[in-house]
Amino acid sequence: MAADMRLPRVRKTLSVSESASHRRDLVVPGDIITSDTGFMRGHGTYVDDDKLTASVAGEVQRVDKLICVRPLKTRFNGEVGDVVVGRITEVQQKRWKVETNSRLDSVLLLSSVNLPGGELRRRSAEDELTMREYLQEGDLISAEVQSVFSDGALSLHTRSLKYGKLGQGVLVQLSPSLVKRQKTHFHNLPCGASVILGNNGFVWLYPTPGQQEEEAGGFYTSLEPVSLADREVISRLRNCLLALAAHKVLLFDTSLLYCYESSLQHQVKDILKPEVMEEIVMLTQQKLLEQEG
Amino acid sequence: MAGLELLSDQGYRLDGRKATELRKVQARMGVFAQADGSAYLEQGNTRALAVVYGPHEMRGSRSRTLHDRAAINCQYSMATFSTAERKRRPHGDRKSTEMSLHLKQTFEAAIMTQLYPRSQIDIYVKILQSDGGNYSVCVNAATLAVIDAGIPMRDYVCACSVGFVDETPLADLCYAEESVSSLSVALLPRGGQIALLQMDARLHQDHLEALMEAAMTACKGVSKVLDEVVRQHLQEAAVLNVCP
Repeated sequence: MAADMRLPRVRKTLSVSESASHRRDLVVPGDIITSDTGFMRGHGTYVDDDKLTASVAGEVQRVDKLICVRPLKTRFNGEVGDVVVGRITEVQQKRWKVETNSRLDSVLLLSSVNLPGGELRRRSAEDELTMREYLQEGDLISAEVQSVFSDGALSLHTRSLKYGKLGQGVLVQLSPSLVKRQKTHFHNLPCGASVILGNNGFVWLYPTPGQQEEEAGGFYTSLEPVSLADREVISRLRNCLLALAAHKVLLFDTSLLYCYESSLQHQVKDILKPEVMEEIVMLTQQKLLEQEG
Repeated sequence: MAGLELLSDQGYRLDGRKATELRKVQARMGVFAQADGSAYLEQGNTRALAVVYGPHEMRGSRSRTLHDRAAINCQYSMATFSTAERKRRPHGDRKSTEMSLHLKQTFEAAIMTQLYPRSQIDIYVKILQSDGGNYSVCVNAATLAVIDAGIPMRDYVCACSVGFVDETPLADLCYAEESVSSLSVALLPRGGQIALLQMDARLHQDHLEALMEAAMTACKGVSKVLDEVVRQHLQEAAVLNVCP
């Protein structure tokens, strides 16, 4: 078997252009943003001696009188309506705890899931006892953020047929800031696979389901073998996602699809090679620019 | 003092530095993709790797949960190959437990933990090569990692060790110089607040002020270097993030 080996190389240093190197809106912790007391203190700032000071390294954003500093990399800050992909970590009374790359584990209440057998059903004591039959530790789910608690924890719901337990597929964990906010985060790509781009940076790739399963309440998972062709498409998409993320390209259906198309001339495993990655991402960016204007 | 001349008549130290000169500091942020924040820092021949996870849900014992702020969990370790003689240190070594505690105290003073109630922030630091000033190098590396993770801090924390030889304070001690009476300071440079002050040896009271003065200056020197590293990293990342 031929193994691919490469020697260590000097890291490419980005040439920071003159205009970029003097950006005034980049601050580091402890930098005084303004000593004017007329401004309001937003996220990433604190007041020290009547001076508004940054507490994280990032970009200053000013909306009217509100000043925030947005760090370049953080955990997921959920908002109501966000689509998330998460993993069940704990089954408690009347609730599941879900890991969603957030600051605290999110909560999925038993009353905010659709149980099999119709919409209008009372949650009985038996339902509480059989919670583990629906979702158990380690299961992956897709859900929507219903509300945000005062301590920052998220409350999720799966009250729609598109949300629920995830079956066979591949999970890719990326930075939440790379996922573009869109009207829909569920996409059936024409290349033969589907993708859920969670706002929390978790991306779920799965074979496009044949027909909608009825009345399973989102807890049915197909255990049919997935064909080799489908698996190849999914692996290719996964590697494309990693390539896009490595070059910090915003992720949405079009960018992923263009990247997939650009990668077709390479083998799936070759996409992860740095030079191939660069080439594919360049092509993708070109296509995106063409499409824009 | 056993034979070794730590400060020559011309005012040079063993490695050719002046008394107040720091060792060369080189650092890089964001060395791991998997962690929330990470940094690598070299200060002379001492090298450290720091990794930050969190803030995340309390793992392990729930009883440590704090309802008004985040709990900080620090772990310090030394690589087997970090010292002149190989030494396996299974976790639980007394010196490293103490060091972990000091790191925890230092970062509790700097991180704005009250913003993340009921969560936990993990800071893991590993010394890859040890040549004196392990505590200071760990603090400096961990500061960069915490900034990389986007966790709010009041200010940088910069640490430096200072020794006292022949009535002269020496900044940033290397291993050979660590035998003298020395102290380590962790400082929040902008406000000049001390996050941690540690002194194991004996020193005459009259000298303390001079030593503290030298330590503060050295910490401010370190903070300048760290500042440069963070700004450079920020600009590179901002260039890559083409879209808003």
